[in-house]
Amino acid sequence: MTEFGVDVSAEDIVDTLSFFDDWEERYKYIIDLGKELPPLAESAKTEQNLVRGCQSQVWLDSQLREGKLYFVADSDAFIVKGLLAIVLAAYNGKSAAQVADYDIDAYFDELNLLSHLSSTRGNGLKAMVQRIQNEGRAAL
Amino acid sequence: MSHFDVAEVRSRFPILQQEVNGQPLVYLDNAATTQKPESVIEAIANYYRHDNANVHRGAHALSDRATEVFEGAREKVAQFIGAPSKDQILWTRGTTESINVVAASWGEQNLTAGDRVLVSAMEHHANIVPWQMIAQKRGANVEPIPVDADGAIDMAAFESLLDERVKMVAVGHVSNALGSVNPVAHIIELAHKAGAKVLIDAAQSIAHWPVNMVELGCDFYAFSAHKMFGPTGMGVLYGKRELLEAMQPYQGGGEMIESVSFAGTTYNQLPYKFEAGTPNIAGAVGLAAAVDFVQGLDRSAADRHEAELLHRARAELAAIGGYPLVGKAESAVAVLSFVSDFAHPQDIGMILDQQGIAVRTGNHCAQPIMDQFGIPGTVRASFSLYNTHDDVDRLIAGLKKAKMFLA
Ligand SMILES: Cc1ncc(COP(=O)(O)O)c(C=O)c1O
Repeated sequence: MTEFGVDVSAEDIVDTLSFFDDWEERYKYIIDLGKELPPLAESAKTEQNLVRGCQSQVWLDSQLREGKLYFVADSDAFIVKGLLAIVLAAYNGKSAAQVADYDIDAYFDELNLLSHLSSTRGNGLKAMVQRIQNEGRAAL
Repeated sequence: MSHFDVAEVRSRFPILQQEVNGQPLVYLDNAATTQKPESVIEAIANYYRHDNANVHRGAHALSDRATEVFEGAREKVAQFIGAPSKDQILWTRGTTESINVVAASWGEQNLTAGDRVLVSAMEHHANIVPWQMIAQKRGANVEPIPVDADGAIDMAAFESLLDERVKMVAVGHVSNALGSVNPVAHIIELAHKAGAKVLIDAAQSIAHWPVNMVELGCDFYAFSAHKMFGPTGMGVLYGKRELLEAMQPYQGGGEMIESVSFAGTTYNQLPYKFEAGTPNIAGAVGLAAAVDFVQGLDRSAADRHEAELLHRARAELAAIGGYPLVGKAESAVAVLSFVSDFAHPQDIGMILDQQGIAVRTGNHCAQPIMDQFGIPGTVRASFSLYNTHDDVDRLIAGLKKAKMFLA
């Protein structure tokens, strides 16, 4: 299976988003990114994979292959799914050490539009990032 | 029929005169908290500027003044809700604490194993969880009063639930999740006939209509200042005198005692028995100013204005299509709760926010009724008297845009 973010990098996303000058274009792009996320198998939508602290349901599944971490995430809300894609682009296919050390706040800062989204409770972004970081540390 | 001058009322709310995301703010999250008029903000600021001191304590001029405004606020609130005496007005942090006081203190003494507490299936968690906590401690049960598919209490089912084991019926006057107005007078009558006490959660109704405790006849009545144009951190618990007299204090500390010694402590009289520690004096001052604000309005004209907004919003929402209404009770107030056929409520909320429109999405702290309807939550636009037809237009336009985006 191909995970999201192996072909699309975090830099690509930062570049593309910086092109847009109104929120509608940005949100359309985010929603489209979400649509590119490969769906999470129903069997992987388990209690264990459910990320707490989200208003919508967010699931995160991970795999360690040849020393690299791969994440698959899904949500029942479109915009949240797009945000998940943005986060996965930063983490997928990286080593455990890279995942654990990645400066996600700097990435969010660069993305600008995420500044308020990433701090809002309820969209689950924080909880999801924390979980990814934990998996990175656990795989060290 | 008098005309309601919404532009004039609106101009008294400084926060509403701002832009959000480049557009004039449309504030439709009034069920969560209402905004504050200049007069409330000023009253609080003035209190701190001129009168601040601790109450009932210092033998000095400022303390006397603080005590006077603090107790004056209690008198004002008593008169506002038609309570027989100001001693029956207890200050709390809000509706949640008011209900917790009753559940913990009254429940401790009055619930025994096998007793039943009835709450409606659409209660806010604040009117469910405190009852569950005391019920668990006392071996009692908390049971839901069924709510029908429209979001109205099933009164026949309620009647059949009543028996001599039911000791407390705790219901909201207005549902924060759906806007349904519950027939509280009838509920109180039936509950009393069965020998149960009644607590009314008035968090969502207090801003809308005048009430009178003596006429209503409930045993306890709870509300928050912040949902009626007053400050946060301030609430009210009204109770019948004989019930409050018999209850044990909720917390111990200063103010609530008559005398303290290591041999034993005696408690102060009502209402101080329930007010341990330095109270929220500025909160009481702000609440008093909020009462003045509300009483200065033509309340029935304001109510008609809100009803018009809701009526129009419901009709235009239906006309867009794809946004099924949740909660269609015939008797409803100020709340437009809906889902969408094509996206998650959160998506809708985020798109509205980008357009400067503030709504709330989620389960609105009323998870049981969301579960009953099989939905994760709703989008809730809730109106107050300062909202305009223009706000409704903006909401509808925003929802059309969200549909274009997401459908
Ligand atoms: C019906 C209802 N009950 C209780 C509460 C709790 O009020 P507070 O948070 O002010 O204590 C709310 C507020 O959200 C409410 O809407």
